[in-house]
Amino acid sequence: MASRTAGHLSGATPVLTAHAVHRAFGPTVVLAGVDLTIARGEVVALLGGSGSGKSTLLRILAGLDGEASGEIVVHGTAAVVFQEHRLLPWKRVAPNVGLGLSGADTDGRIQRALAEVGLADRHRAWPAELSGGQAQRVAVARALVREPDLLLLDEPFGALDALTRLRMQVLLRRLRAEHGFAALLVTHDVEEALLLADRILLLDEGRIAADLPVDLAPTRTPDDPAFGALRRHLLDRLGVPTT
Amino acid sequence: MSRTTLVEAPDEVTAAAPVVPRRQRPARRWRRVVSPVVLVLGWELAARTGLLAAEKLPAPSDVLVTGWRLSRDGTLGIHLLDSLTRAGAGLLIGGLLALALGTVAGLLRLGDDLVDPPVQMARMLPHLGLVPLLIIWVGIGESLKISLVALGAFFPIYFNTYAGIRDIDERLVEAARTCGLGQAARLRHVVLPGALPSLFLGLRLAIGAAWLSLVVGEQVNAQTGIGFLMMEAREFSQTDVVVLGLLVYALLGLISDLALRILERRMLTWRRGLRAT
Repeated sequence: MASRTAGHLSGATPVLTAHAVHRAFGPTVVLAGVDLTIARGEVVALLGGSGSGKSTLLRILAGLDGEASGEIVVHGTAAVVFQEHRLLPWKRVAPNVGLGLSGADTDGRIQRALAEVGLADRHRAWPAELSGGQAQRVAVARALVREPDLLLLDEPFGALDALTRLRMQVLLRRLRAEHGFAALLVTHDVEEALLLADRILLLDEGRIAADLPVDLAPTRTPDDPAFGALRRHLLDRLGVPTT
Repeated sequence: MSRTTLVEAPDEVTAAAPVVPRRQRPARRWRRVVSPVVLVLGWELAARTGLLAAEKLPAPSDVLVTGWRLSRDGTLGIHLLDSLTRAGAGLLIGGLLALALGTVAGLLRLGDDLVDPPVQMARMLPHLGLVPLLIIWVGIGESLKISLVALGAFFPIYFNTYAGIRDIDERLVEAARTCGLGQAARLRHVVLPGALPSLFLGLRLAIGAAWLSLVVGEQVNAQTGIGFLMMEAREFSQTDVVVLGLLVYALLGLISDLALRILERRMLTWRRGLRAT
């Protein structure tokens, strides 16, 4: 897939450009002109406190909000993974992954996507029979099978327990290395952002308040002193006091 | 390396919730049969000993014999077929109308505003109380019976179609949109299967209402049908035929409910998985 993206567009074209994105709910302005660019293959984390509008922004970028204003251009295809798995309960796992999929060898593609998230043997299961972590992996497979140029992730691991979340983060890093998709990761978890992202955006009062590149070694661990320093810096920016 | 750890994630343990169908223990099932059997035996005994006058309530065995006699000479079959035709026609007309209007009101805001208020108003009318008005409108013929059944079937199907569509999780519709499903595909893959459990409930209530409407409708100037059979028997004090008619009505209700349950279980397999966890 990496070759496909490199092939049909030059590397210089960003996969997503958003300009002056504005959204208000009644008198409350949630997004007051957000500008955002994501390069091909780049993973960007969008950090912010609760109610900062990060999920609103992602929904707008996913084309799910008809009442926002601004200019959004996506070069290529996008797929979304939500906080909840949002699988259709009346379809088994495989048809859920293949929902709306067309083209040749859909069955093979579905099976490969499921194998990539480690659930090849669960293709006949009903969503209700899966654990939370498994269901979320199916949701990731449903996004992957579309071979997106951009993955929009709305706190995708937020509802999972701590151990499962760590496994999902490892999975996402591996998938990203294999497929080279770009991603926008909405999260409130500073460590998750630092583990996964190439760049971190801070959303505050409806604007991008900071744009920080993550210059860490490819194999990141929270034990790295640089990791700790960056983590502290981000927490300061988010207004979390030092103990 | 990460792959193996992921495949063997401990969350698999909770996932394999065994699908054990909960059956009542045989002893308990048999115990539940005891009291109905005792009641029927007591009835038989009371009738045989003359405790119950035959013209008030004949013995169950006599009712069965009458049933056998009437089915052998074809009388029961003719009347049953006519009753079934009325029920089927009424259900079809009322049901399709309810399905169409319920879908329009459930899916479209304009449809909701235009269709729902009058239906809510009409719901307050007891439809069996409309018989005098219906006689003036459509006469006392076949159309009266079919109209009554259609009216009875309309409301449960309308309300359950409406509620079934309204109760669909908006987030699932959204997810389907991000998967590239258009309007028609979303209807097919999300709205219809999501509303199906509710539709089944509506259909079951509608069938119950249809039998009830038929009982009333067939007592108004009918020339055929189970209701007519009963009314005619009353005039000749053939209590056994009256009781037989009641039995047939009860059986019809029972059989239709059973058939629908089986259909439901086949079409809503995914809900069993839902219950298992």
